[in-house]
Amino acid sequence: METGTNGWTGRAQWVGLPGGLLRLRRLLLVIWTTLLTLGTALVLGLTAGPGWAAFGALWLAVLAWGWVLLGRNWRSWKYAERADDLLISRGVLWQEQTVVPYGRMQLVEVTSGPLERRFGLASVQLHTAAAATDAKIPGLVPAEAERLRDRLTELGEARSAGL
Amino acid sequence: MSVEEPPVVAGERRLHVLTPLRRAWVPIAATVGVVAQQGDRVAEWASGLSHLLQALAMAALVVVFGTYGFLSWWFTHYAVTDSELRIRTGLLFRRTAHIRLDRIQAVDVTRPLLARLAGVAKLRLDVIGTEDKDELAFLDERDAVALRAELLARAAGFAPAEAVAVGEAPERELLRVGPRDLALSLLLTLSVWAALAGGLVAPVVVWWLSANPWAAAVTLLPILGGVWAGTAGRFLAEYDWTVAESPDGLRLDHGLLDRAHETVPPGRVQTVKLVEPLLWRRRGLVRVELAVAGSKNEVLVPVASRAAAQAVITRVLPGADLAALEFSPSPRAGSRWVVPVWWKGYALAVSDEVFAARHGRLCRRTEIVPHAKVQSVRLTQGPWQRARGVADVSVDTGANGTVTARLRPTPEATTLLHTQSTRSRTSRATSRPDRWMT
Repeated sequence: METGTNGWTGRAQWVGLPGGLLRLRRLLLVIWTTLLTLGTALVLGLTAGPGWAAFGALWLAVLAWGWVLLGRNWRSWKYAERADDLLISRGVLWQEQTVVPYGRMQLVEVTSGPLERRFGLASVQLHTAAAATDAKIPGLVPAEAERLRDRLTELGEARSAGL
Repeated sequence: MSVEEPPVVAGERRLHVLTPLRRAWVPIAATVGVVAQQGDRVAEWASGLSHLLQALAMAALVVVFGTYGFLSWWFTHYAVTDSELRIRTGLLFRRTAHIRLDRIQAVDVTRPLLARLAGVAKLRLDVIGTEDKDELAFLDERDAVALRAELLARAAGFAPAEAVAVGEAPERELLRVGPRDLALSLLLTLSVWAALAGGLVAPVVVWWLSANPWAAAVTLLPILGGVWAGTAGRFLAEYDWTVAESPDGLRLDHGLLDRAHETVPPGRVQTVKLVEPLLWRRRGLVRVELAVAGSKNEVLVPVASRAAAQAVITRVLPGADLAALEFSPSPRAGSRWVVPVWWKGYALAVSDEVFAARHGRLCRRTEIVPHAKVQSVRLTQGPWQRARGVADVSVDTGANGTVTARLRPTPEATTLLHTQSTRSRTSRATSRPDRWMT
């Protein structure tokens, strides 16, 4: 059975996510906070008096904060294809790194929701025999997602190890 | 539109003729339940009928359920082919389960009390994704044992003609747990005493507060149920526990009223867990649990001395030497403020064969995963852990389990993440094939 190279599999070539996901998330944030600002301002302005409507601006602070958080979270996502395994790293405060040997992959899934499709995005998810494995790379360009899927499937077949 | 009939395999067999009785029980029990719940209305309705009508209604019920039982039995077939066990069921909704023999994780033959009296047994093949209805219930006892031997022989890689003739593989007893040891171990379990104490105190408190004896009784019931399951229930299930070794893998026999016989082929065990409750440790007793993908069996040895347990574990995980495992505790400086008090229970040992993590202070649990069974490796670190320079490393196994080595120093954890994934990849190459006799 081919199990690839033994020992250390070389330095990781980290790849970040393309900008589409960040744009999508920030757009959603802007839309939601604007709606909430208007809603809060209207309700407070009509019920409590025009001065109270200014409290709607609190949502703008949320917007600014969320804008920065989304950026940091997006930058923290990265993955590396090494000779024998896939590395996924993510999280700013709660950091998590996952290593999945190619031979353990049971199936590779490419998904793309309606919003993601509009922004030209797709996610790749890896499943192993362990349900606890959460190896998902969101917000890839469809071409890259497909390339990754094909490469992972190919490597998974070559190094198949099963349970 | 017609659904294509699956080809009928030569040698298809039916289940034991007593099976309809068991199938008919389910709707009868459901009816009895409904009647019991709506008792008043049913009695009112029934009293309005003449005796003849009542008798007729009873007869109709029996006929309907009897027919249901008979039909569901008549339309259930099973067959053993070269590569799979095929179970065909269903009158209206056809269902064919194909269970691949090379994917067998375990084989169980169970004989509940009533089935023992009738001389029948249930046979169940554990493969990932099988459901409860994929068991063969019921078969004649001798047939069940013969079928198990045949299935195991085929799964091991014997030719079909040989498989029937090979028969039951010889077995050698490794360990037997006597009733005294079992009873003693249950008495030494603190959680049972705690539950019992809670069970006595809680109803009194509830009674005192609510002045309602019924409320007290209601609180008492679940606690009593828990105590029963933890003591007498476990005693009945784990009575006369025998572990034996055979070329087909480990055989576990147990039970006082309901007898169960499990066979776990070699190389199927994903995780072994040693449980050492506080009061057991001074006597050097351990309980060994195991995880097999797709199987419900959990216990390997209910109670045994450390040395005896070690001997059994060596059979399950070849090369795993518990005595040689050197556990290194979590660093005091980093861990003390992340998980106060309990951090002392955390320890990790990695050998050439296994990844072993320990946790718990009162009840110490040691989880052992062979490197070949590791599916993926994860490192997680929260902000507070990062400030104290520690991180958690988890390995995921195919039995839907995760073993976590908590609070390792950050540099060690980072190295471990990579070396562990390398080990899990390379050690698979040297493990035994799925068809273990080939």
